[in-house]
Amino acid sequence: MLGRTLQEVSAALKQGQITPVELCQKCLSLIKKTKFLNAYITISEEVALKQAEESEKRYKKGHSLGALDGIPVAVKDNFSTSGIETTCASNMLKGYVPPYNATVVQRLLDQGAVLMGKTNLDEFAMGALGSDTGGSTRNPAAHCGIVGFKPSYGLVSRHGLIPLVNSMDVPGILTRCVDDAATVLGVLAGHDPKDSTTIQDPGKPFMLSSLTDVSKLCIGIPKEYLVPELSSEVRSFWSKAANLFESEGAKVIEVSLPHTSYSIVCYHVLCTSEVASNMARFDGLEYGHRCDIDVSTEAMYAATRREGFNDVVRGRILAGNFFLLKENYANYFIKAQKVRRLIANDFVNVFNSGVDVLLTPTTLSEAVPYLEFIKEDNRTRSAQDDIFTQAVNMAGLPAVSVPVALSNQGLPVGLQFIGRAFCDQQLLTVAKWFEKQVQFPVIQLQELMDDCSSVFEIEKLASVSLKQ
Amino acid sequence: MAAPMLRGRCLGRCWALACIDSGSRHGRGAATGFTSSGKRGQSFVAQQPLLTAQKSRKGEHKWAAVVGLEIHAQIASNSKLFSGSQVHFAAPPNSLVSFFDASLPGTLPVLNRRCVEAAVMTGLALNCHINKKSLFDRKHYFYADLPAGYQITQQRLPIAVNGSLAYSVCVGKKWRQVITKTVRIKQIQLEQDSGKSLHDELRSQTLIDLNRAGVGLLEVVLEPDMSCGEEAATAVRELQLILQALGTSQANMADYEIQRQINELENGCEILNETRSFDYKLGFMPEPNLPPLLLYDTASLPAGADPQQVINIDRIREQLPELPSETREKLIQQYGILPEHSFALLNEVGLLEFFQNVIKETRAEPKKVTSWVLNIFLGFLKQRNLAVNESPVTPSVLAELLNLLDRKVISSAAAKQVFEELWRSKGKTPSQIVSERKLELMQDEEALERVCHAVMEGHPQVVMDMKRGNPRAINKLIGLVRKVTHNRADPTVIKEILEKQLSS
Repeated sequence: MLGRTLQEVSAALKQGQITPVELCQKCLSLIKKTKFLNAYITISEEVALKQAEESEKRYKKGHSLGALDGIPVAVKDNFSTSGIETTCASNMLKGYVPPYNATVVQRLLDQGAVLMGKTNLDEFAMGALGSDTGGSTRNPAAHCGIVGFKPSYGLVSRHGLIPLVNSMDVPGILTRCVDDAATVLGVLAGHDPKDSTTIQDPGKPFMLSSLTDVSKLCIGIPKEYLVPELSSEVRSFWSKAANLFESEGAKVIEVSLPHTSYSIVCYHVLCTSEVASNMARFDGLEYGHRCDIDVSTEAMYAATRREGFNDVVRGRILAGNFFLLKENYANYFIKAQKVRRLIANDFVNVFNSGVDVLLTPTTLSEAVPYLEFIKEDNRTRSAQDDIFTQAVNMAGLPAVSVPVALSNQGLPVGLQFIGRAFCDQQLLTVAKWFEKQVQFPVIQLQELMDDCSSVFEIEKLASVSLKQ
Repeated sequence: MAAPMLRGRCLGRCWALACIDSGSRHGRGAATGFTSSGKRGQSFVAQQPLLTAQKSRKGEHKWAAVVGLEIHAQIASNSKLFSGSQVHFAAPPNSLVSFFDASLPGTLPVLNRRCVEAAVMTGLALNCHINKKSLFDRKHYFYADLPAGYQITQQRLPIAVNGSLAYSVCVGKKWRQVITKTVRIKQIQLEQDSGKSLHDELRSQTLIDLNRAGVGLLEVVLEPDMSCGEEAATAVRELQLILQALGTSQANMADYEIQRQINELENGCEILNETRSFDYKLGFMPEPNLPPLLLYDTASLPAGADPQQVINIDRIREQLPELPSETREKLIQQYGILPEHSFALLNEVGLLEFFQNVIKETRAEPKKVTSWVLNIFLGFLKQRNLAVNESPVTPSVLAELLNLLDRKVISSAAAKQVFEELWRSKGKTPSQIVSERKLELMQDEEALERVCHAVMEGHPQVVMDMKRGNPRAINKLIGLVRKVTHNRADPTVIKEILEKQLSS
């Protein structure tokens, strides 16, 4: 049951093959068994069981709320959850229990979803895994063999999402298959009066059509994405995917996004600037960590922030402050905004020339083993890993990573589709077609668990490494 | 409902440095910081980093180059600029703080329509160009009463620019001559107010109240067109009246406060808040959570636009209430009163309405009413430190009194006595008091003539003086007659009779 898609589970719940409480308990059990992965910062066991019980009552009466009723969900720990600790994996917010739910959380709960807990992330989502802001829905999805979808900016409310870069952040959806992502999008999308950057349309649930004929489709392959660092395996998968579309009748053409090489640096300037601004509120006064020093307000600020933030965060704040200084503002911040406009226009031009969807790799390679990973510093890592995903955030476009195959090492690899702004449904439709063609193997959880039980040394390593 | 104050955070920035004679130009260091009491709302804080006014001659303060003024007025709205929490004065500390005001992570600003309308109204009333597109920015600094570490303001592109404020200065002897001056308005911008901090020196702590954090402010920036403190004070006063007439801000601030602060500026004393750490010389950053503010006029309004979602500048212009300058002009035209009186009538809250209500119910001449209202009535109020709406004498009562005076039932002196009594004892009508104290003027002319004759007979020496042309003599006689008649005779009539009797 735990390996099934959302729609399958939903059907099973409806038919009474499994109850929400049973499902919840199975999930909790698996979470506990995999605790060594440190995937959850907070497991909201009591809340989850209570929600599961409510869901069960509804199913018994035949009044289920919809496709998400009773479905276990997990939410990254930078979404505000009422009554449940929200830390952004930072000391600064340790013990912070918000009094309100993020809009997306509320919408999930309103549909009867069962909140299992808050998942781990790099402190304030600033790690090499990227951020919602540069690819951190798509990157992990590609590495883990699941679907990672980033909606168009403005489609899904950011109210309650603790921001990294307000102008690029988007809540992302991670699911087993594209249909599931569409189901969740149908619940989350639509205008939120609390977020002035959302579109006016109210949004409603929708079903993806099953594309059979791709002959009218035009797929663009951006040539600048063919970088030397791209692993040969991923390159080969990319190539095969392009061929697949072509063989099924789609038009596949090479396109150019000429300003691609500037996107990393541009992103860095804009991201750190916004971060410096967004982190200004963490002063220990109203909420969160406060140091013991009470000599003066300034001293308190300094110590609180030193204690509360890790090096990566502090580094970005300092960089951002630098770019925002009066004497630097025009040369860095404004220039970066201009470059951002150029990057966004690259996409506009390409889509205006008849391309429907772009096909690119999601990551440079399969997941890198931990010991190799820690060899590079955070900035280099970010620079490398976000290379395919980040320009999309700068342009506010929708994008989705779909698992394509297992590497020689048996690790998942994904490919990315990028769509036009607010054509999320079309994008997902194409992704769904591709998913069907590719038939990526569903992860066998039982096997995985059996493997894990014999590797308990991992537990020690993992818990040490994820503390920064 | 509360009365938000005109929080003059009046920042003087030196736009053009010029020496008058020689003399140091350096502004002094920190002066009083924002120590707060309930009065903080009334403090009009001037910040002058550079030039202050120089004393050129003894006693004369002239500003050659002047300090532009920035005035912050709290917008009269039900809720704050970017959040739904209420705006109230004197609520318990931290009782009007939404999640956004407290800067809880993940919260976002949502623009308050009423505040935008207030800004447009004010811009139109001040002859500004309203920018159809304006932007919001973050201004960063660290201070305990600024939870987010930045203030949302409009630096790059404010909502209104290039306006003017006309104000009148009374000059000449007895301030009779009124000339109109204009100060240019550089811009009007919307921005957030900060919270309040109270420094408790005793316990080495700072207490913070965020009730005011996020309340909408209109910042009005005046160009350095004013050449002395008087002008500045007058201009600000006029702005205050305009804002009150528009209803966009309560703008309550005592005259003396404005003058005091301007005086302080003149004396080279900066009321500077150095405790804000402007060390962080961060520039502005665009506020990414607020799209550009778009306003429309009738011509550019998109078809089928939801009126709830759009603001039409033309409609607002049509609905602008009468401004003080118009009101004054009307008063002068309608009642023939003097310009300086029209100013005085508008200078006190509720006074104009009082005046107009008295006029409605009396046949006395407007000039008489004006004199009574501005001198006697206002004098009584000021002595007792009362507002117009706290007056024990209502317009009807005063009107009745003036009617008695007008019909010559009582003398002017008697009227004043009656007024005093009315002030003290409520419930009595003027007529009652007049009859109780027998203040009616003698109507019997013959009887008065007899009294005059008798007095003249009884004081031949004085009469002699009178004949010799001593002007004081007649006054003595008048006084004697009045005494005999218990002040019930009109002194003017007495004089006439005496003069007639003397000549005959």
